[in-house]
Amino acid sequence: MTNPRISLISPTGALGMGFLDESLERGITLKPDVIACDAGSTDSGPFYLGSGTPKMSRRAILQDLRRLLLARDRLKVPLIIGSCGTSGVDSAVDWMRELTLEIAKEEGLSFKLGRIYAEQNPDLMADAFNSGKIDPLPGAPEINEQTILNCTHIVGMMGHEPIVHLLEKQCDVILCGRASDTALFSALPLMRGFLPGPVWHCAKTIECGAICSSITRADGVFAEIDNNGFSVEPLALDASCTPLSLASHTLYENADPFLIREPSGTLDTQNANYHKVSERKTRVEGSVFRPERYTLKLEGAALSGFQTVAIGGVRDPYILARIDSWLAEMKVFFKERLKDLTGKTLGQEVRIDISQYGRNAVMGGLEPLTQEIPHEIGLLFTITAPDQALANDVARFVTHAASHWPIPEWQGFISGIAFPFSPPEIDRGASYRFTLNHVLIPETPLSAFRFAEEQVR
Amino acid sequence: MRAPIPLGKLAKLIRSKNAGPFWITFDIVFENEDDFVRAVSAKVLTKEWISGTYKIPQDTLIFVKIPAARAFKFSFPRPRIQGDLGETDMYSGQQYAPLLELQIS
Repeated sequence: MTNPRISLISPTGALGMGFLDESLERGITLKPDVIACDAGSTDSGPFYLGSGTPKMSRRAILQDLRRLLLARDRLKVPLIIGSCGTSGVDSAVDWMRELTLEIAKEEGLSFKLGRIYAEQNPDLMADAFNSGKIDPLPGAPEINEQTILNCTHIVGMMGHEPIVHLLEKQCDVILCGRASDTALFSALPLMRGFLPGPVWHCAKTIECGAICSSITRADGVFAEIDNNGFSVEPLALDASCTPLSLASHTLYENADPFLIREPSGTLDTQNANYHKVSERKTRVEGSVFRPERYTLKLEGAALSGFQTVAIGGVRDPYILARIDSWLAEMKVFFKERLKDLTGKTLGQEVRIDISQYGRNAVMGGLEPLTQEIPHEIGLLFTITAPDQALANDVARFVTHAASHWPIPEWQGFISGIAFPFSPPEIDRGASYRFTLNHVLIPETPLSAFRFAEEQVR
Repeated sequence: MRAPIPLGKLAKLIRSKNAGPFWITFDIVFENEDDFVRAVSAKVLTKEWISGTYKIPQDTLIFVKIPAARAFKFSFPRPRIQGDLGETDMYSGQQYAPLLELQIS
């Protein structure tokens, strides 16, 4: 009896981050059964989902996508791209399709292209909420129907099943909306019948590319899965995957390093053991996957306002010594001036936040050293209002009044803030917030997603 | 008796990061088994210490030791949801500094 194997390449941690040509070339010689690459995350904040804008530039995506499409063409294996355009909204899948078609035309490639759309209609989600199909995750904010309807975008994070659906239809290139990073790597192995314990743990290990190895630059890894475990090695020859580097990667960006929830169940790595196969390769055995109630994680974002910011610095030790009261006095004036000029109320329609860089600006409420005064402090004024013009109007009187706000130590008109720019006000555009930390209980693993297939030639 | 050493010198990696938009997680990784065992037996990096330093309740704090990775890890709900108005650290990448001065005997 032979122990069947399947092999995968994770070429980089995020499409558009780059990787070495020689690494991918080496990966191609190892004849993987599938290439998969993640292109999204919530890690950079709510803006990308809220606005549906990609984080990576078109230029960076084109460079990586072109190399992966060419590699796929040589190997004739599936290429799976997950969470297109950072957020995985529908328009981002369409954007990635355009780039894919552009490259295919330029390079003369032909393949069957599949798309999976993961965006969820807020009206349907509100109905699902009202009929008890949406559950909060631990610590989720209190929500109601309006919270859902206020979302500019909602996406459902797909498991491996929608990807398997298109692999079964012989799609060569699959562009996914929001997807669990691990689902991209587990889809083909699970479709081929490999055991879910090793498959999901392997997927979790390689989803960030070479971050699970000894190097921290963006690059790829090669993994092989069988029914007893999996092994991983970096594509770059100057890097290695050690028991320590693989075990350490289970820590990264996870609240709990041992129990990792996927739509179809939980990966448990508590009894996983790691052993060295060679200087560059490590094998992992012993992880298990426990099926649970099928749930889809929802991500939603809503507009929180429009912002104008201003940056300035204070060096005068007299001001620094009384910085808190100095800023507090100004705020009293800002509140009155805001009412007088716009009729708005500070703290309700309009917010003015002032951070003191050099003093508690980074850790905020978590900072243990609250009273230390440095020799200079950077001030960040952030004005948030329901529209951009109002935010800018407010910022203009804020910066002017702040820069000349008096202190008792000096008699006369002072300029107490060093602004580096003219004008000091910078319009930042729309600001968004994450609104959902919830799961949807779908009819089936496929029911929340929409599919499209086409022949590219 | 050897002299105490700050955790920032004993560990090979101390970092903080978002674990999704609603949680923050901290990793403390040691170079070798001896350093890991030393940090474990010193019993100063505890739930009580974390809860006191970061002013967060113990009941929502996850704290584990991971021998396979020679690491300590703790996580708690973010003080505000990532990117909400007033955000100070979008990636939660700079929240670990108080750990560096913790003295390990």
